[in-house]
Amino acid sequence: MPIHEKALIRPENLRQHEHLVVDGIDVSGHWSTFIQSRVVTDYNEAMEEEIAALPGGELIHRCWQCGSCTNACTVNAINPDFNPRFWIYLVRLGMEAELLRDKDIIWQCVSCNKCTTICPRDVNPEGVMKALSHWLELKGHTPKSPSMIFDEVFADQVIKTGKIEEGRTIQRFFKRTGQALKQDWLIEMVRGMLRHLPIGLLMRMGLGTLRAPRTRRWARARAAIEEYVDEQRAEQHRALGLDDIIEAARRDAAGTPHA
Amino acid sequence: MSENKADKYRRVAYYPGCTLDGSGHPYNRSTKQVGKALGLDLVEISDLNCCGAMEVKNIDPKVQTYLSSRVMSIAANQMGMDVVMAPCNGCYHNLKKAEHDLAHDPKSGEAVARLSAKAGHEAYRAGQVETIHALDWIKASIGEEGLRERVKNGLKGLRVANYYGCMYTRPRNIFPEKDAGPGSESTSKPHFMDDLLAAAGAVNVEFPLKTACCGGAHTLSDSDMSTKLVLNILNAAQAAGAEVIATECPTCHSGLEMHQIRAEKRFARKTQVKIIYFTQLLGIALGLSARQVGLHENVSDSIGMLKAKGLA
Repeated sequence: MPIHEKALIRPENLRQHEHLVVDGIDVSGHWSTFIQSRVVTDYNEAMEEEIAALPGGELIHRCWQCGSCTNACTVNAINPDFNPRFWIYLVRLGMEAELLRDKDIIWQCVSCNKCTTICPRDVNPEGVMKALSHWLELKGHTPKSPSMIFDEVFADQVIKTGKIEEGRTIQRFFKRTGQALKQDWLIEMVRGMLRHLPIGLLMRMGLGTLRAPRTRRWARARAAIEEYVDEQRAEQHRALGLDDIIEAARRDAAGTPHA
Repeated sequence: MSENKADKYRRVAYYPGCTLDGSGHPYNRSTKQVGKALGLDLVEISDLNCCGAMEVKNIDPKVQTYLSSRVMSIAANQMGMDVVMAPCNGCYHNLKKAEHDLAHDPKSGEAVARLSAKAGHEAYRAGQVETIHALDWIKASIGEEGLRERVKNGLKGLRVANYYGCMYTRPRNIFPEKDAGPGSESTSKPHFMDDLLAAAGAVNVEFPLKTACCGGAHTLSDSDMSTKLVLNILNAAQAAGAEVIATECPTCHSGLEMHQIRAEKRFARKTQVKIIYFTQLLGIALGLSARQVGLHENVSDSIGMLKAKGLA
């Protein structure tokens, strides 16, 4: 089988002989490098469809593997292991086990949309990254990422009140991720603000935290959004076959035999 | 810029969003003050809601579309306005995205129609309003010529790096009016802020990271990443000889301020460049005081530097 993806070659699969002479020719060291062959049989054939069923992943099938997304990527410039083009490749082939090797960094996409702007095939790689991290969490491969926890804290406040108050959002996020509010840089920032901030603004920011701002006449919008989000979630669970898993777990717990 | 736009933008619906009530307050204050000084009329959207920022879309993108559509529906159907001006890149981006989706994706239209009906208000229809940024607003209604005539306290060659961030230009397809020939904004090399500040007497440095990402979406959830990205921006601005980074987005602005401090605390990397909203710089040039444009509300303390230059 031809090697079709350079990124699949892992250091542990490279073999070299320190001392090797073949037909009188010294091929020691990297002259004797070969790649150990391996057989992949555990393709997840449903993977592309599952990603496509999640918001943002709809157009993954359009990818031509040109690599523009990775080339433009903000996070890739900081961490070369962050490779959207490669992950799209793995998903389309169904190489789940390979993808899982990178499961802990996929959520780090910063949504700068450089990939989506540059993509010649309108794949929306930014959306695919979000769909991927969502998929990893729904399938239980990763715990909720700090980013997803922040999104939930934020969205929860917007859906309930129509508005956001920053102090409250930060506090709730730190609490849910088990971080102390007393970060050295945060203290330094507040100290800097206290030096020259007018008392009026500080009061307003403080009061905002005590009394969350609300959009008037929001109750009906809230009910409509909550109903919609529940429906969408149920649909996604169906598409990923999570209902069957949940149902099986419930039966196991109740001690009833599977249907 | 056409007469038509210049007239149309003189009176616009103002959507400050949530951040401009909190950490972005100096942007809110200076935008209003500059509007007043230029004789432009801002009509604040009553009963506004959050646009969903960069978070709600990750819970559900169509809910995010609905949030923006509600704001535009109030502007169009309750206030009778045809232009919405959003100074925050996040709000601006989301309204533009909703506009694009509602015009091109029937499913988004269905979701918005359904949610609007249940929420008890008229659904927004694509094309009812035009969404613009604070930069478009001043550029089209006053322009560089108009600004030059009104400058009382020119910026005296203050060296500025103009930082536009991600959401003002990307993804390109939601901004059909950009990259549309002479006079239009560029998505690869935006220049509206450069144009306005040059007219106000600043010198724009050659700054390669105009549309680089500050990591704003993960400013708290992946702070080290954000600090590294911001440090790139701060260092590049300083290397280009800038004394000030001018901003036009509250998330970028507070991201730069916060991670400037964090970079010093966590990575011992100190940078001197000051971070100031472009509306604050315009206000100073128009003769407003440091207090009127809210310089004292910024975390990045630029008052001393501006005083030394005789600007504040």
